[in-house]
Amino acid sequence: MRAWNIGGLVLAACIAVSGCIPMGNHGATLYEDLGGREGVAMLVDEFLRRVADDDRIVEAFAGANVPRLRRLLEEQFCQVSDGPCEYTGGSMEETHRGMGISEKEFNALVEDLIDAMEALDVPVATQNRLLARLAPMHREIVSAARPSSPRSRTPGAPAGA
Amino acid sequence: MCLAVLLPALGAAPAGAGSRLLATGGAMPLEGAAGGGLVPWAVLSGYSTPGEAGPTVAYTHVETDDYQLDTYSVSLNLWNRVELSAARQVFDIGALTPALGSDPGNLGQDVLGIKVRLAGDLVYSRWPQLAAGAMYKHTREFAVPAAIGAIDSRDWDFYLAATKLFLGGAFGRNLLLNATLRATRANQLGLAGFGGDLNDDHELMAELSAAVLLDRKFAVGVEYRQKPDNLGFAAEDDWYDAFVAWFPGKHVAVVVAWAELGSIATLDDQNGPYLSIQASY
Ligand code: HEM
Repeated sequence: MRAWNIGGLVLAACIAVSGCIPMGNHGATLYEDLGGREGVAMLVDEFLRRVADDDRIVEAFAGANVPRLRRLLEEQFCQVSDGPCEYTGGSMEETHRGMGISEKEFNALVEDLIDAMEALDVPVATQNRLLARLAPMHREIVSAARPSSPRSRTPGAPAGA
Repeated sequence: MCLAVLLPALGAAPAGAGSRLLATGGAMPLEGAAGGGLVPWAVLSGYSTPGEAGPTVAYTHVETDDYQLDTYSVSLNLWNRVELSAARQVFDIGALTPALGSDPGNLGQDVLGIKVRLAGDLVYSRWPQLAAGAMYKHTREFAVPAAIGAIDSRDWDFYLAATKLFLGGAFGRNLLLNATLRATRANQLGLAGFGGDLNDDHELMAELSAAVLLDRKFAVGVEYRQKPDNLGFAAEDDWYDAFVAWFPGKHVAVVVAWAELGSIATLDDQNGPYLSIQASY
């Protein structure tokens, strides 16, 4: 009896998840769901705007070469979403090594990315698929070192260039 | 209600409540350790990351056909490595007055908990986040539990929990799965003491949770909690619940659930709503 009740609740939850929520139009690739070349460019733009406004991490980008970063992020998002691009930048490990990026800063950047996707009305399922492809990079980007360790964020020195 | 306690505190909340992503702190279930409604998870309360520490306070009310359970809890997350928690449970068993011949008053229990994140990250690591925890439990009103055969009024629970968030894992929604293995000899969480005539040893119990994050702010889920059955006087059933959790921001979480708690102290089919509200800093 109790088991049946819970079965009903599970079923209701499943129906709620699969039925009532718009799943978004599925293209052949995540890249298409993100709006292709134009969609990815808009997303990177919105994302970088939010990073630039984010007190928690903007300082890390003080010396960044922003046009290059924008181009490389477009390539990277395109490549990981199975689009027709090849990422030509440095590896995530090389690029971020020595920056002493903390858990806190990484999460801040992810929040900015989610906020950017929300602002552009990217469907939740599409958001999650992109995040799932970027999440494994956490291991390469967040340093095990404590925030007290010296940082080599020298303004004007493009990392990984 | 302890809303009166919570609300002024909310007003005074500073801007930051820690840096982890929204909803990754879970809720604070009955025993004070972060998790779902009934089950402690491997996640630590609040949103602290290494270098941050933050408290969470919660109030939980469960109302079954014949009983009411109120839980007041506080916890502290240190560097997303260690969680310390304390919970006070008050269990109104006035419904047993006819059976006992006099008003038994309330049962009660205090739970002190420690949980340590051993490895992994809920969101980012390939493997689940793993944590080990211990709860020291003290039955405050032991006369009734002793009369029905409970052996001790104090004992330890130990548990291991593994929790993982699968990004886009359920129809594109994020899926959270949790498995907890607990060694316990508690009767009805410990509200009815520890050990009994049928069994007086720690036994291993499985506790499972599955939740789907519909979006950033809403999650729905179900839980199962296996329970010991130590007392010949009254059979004890496994527990189930289905919940909706709302995370309007990092400072507040609200969980509404339907709990199926089975037979409690001879009264069967103790089902009913569960409400929990918590604040984190
Ligand atoms: C999933 C998370 C992240 C991704 C996918 C990502 C991606 C990238 C890419 C593609 C580049 C360009 C590589 C190159 O120059 O060859 C880059 C550079 C950089 N990233 Fe990240 N990154 C992430 C997280 C972070 C975080 C959390 C920070 C700091 C808070 C950060 C700070 C930087 C900086 C300072 C540069 C160098 C910019 C320059 O010097 O021009 N990144 N990142």
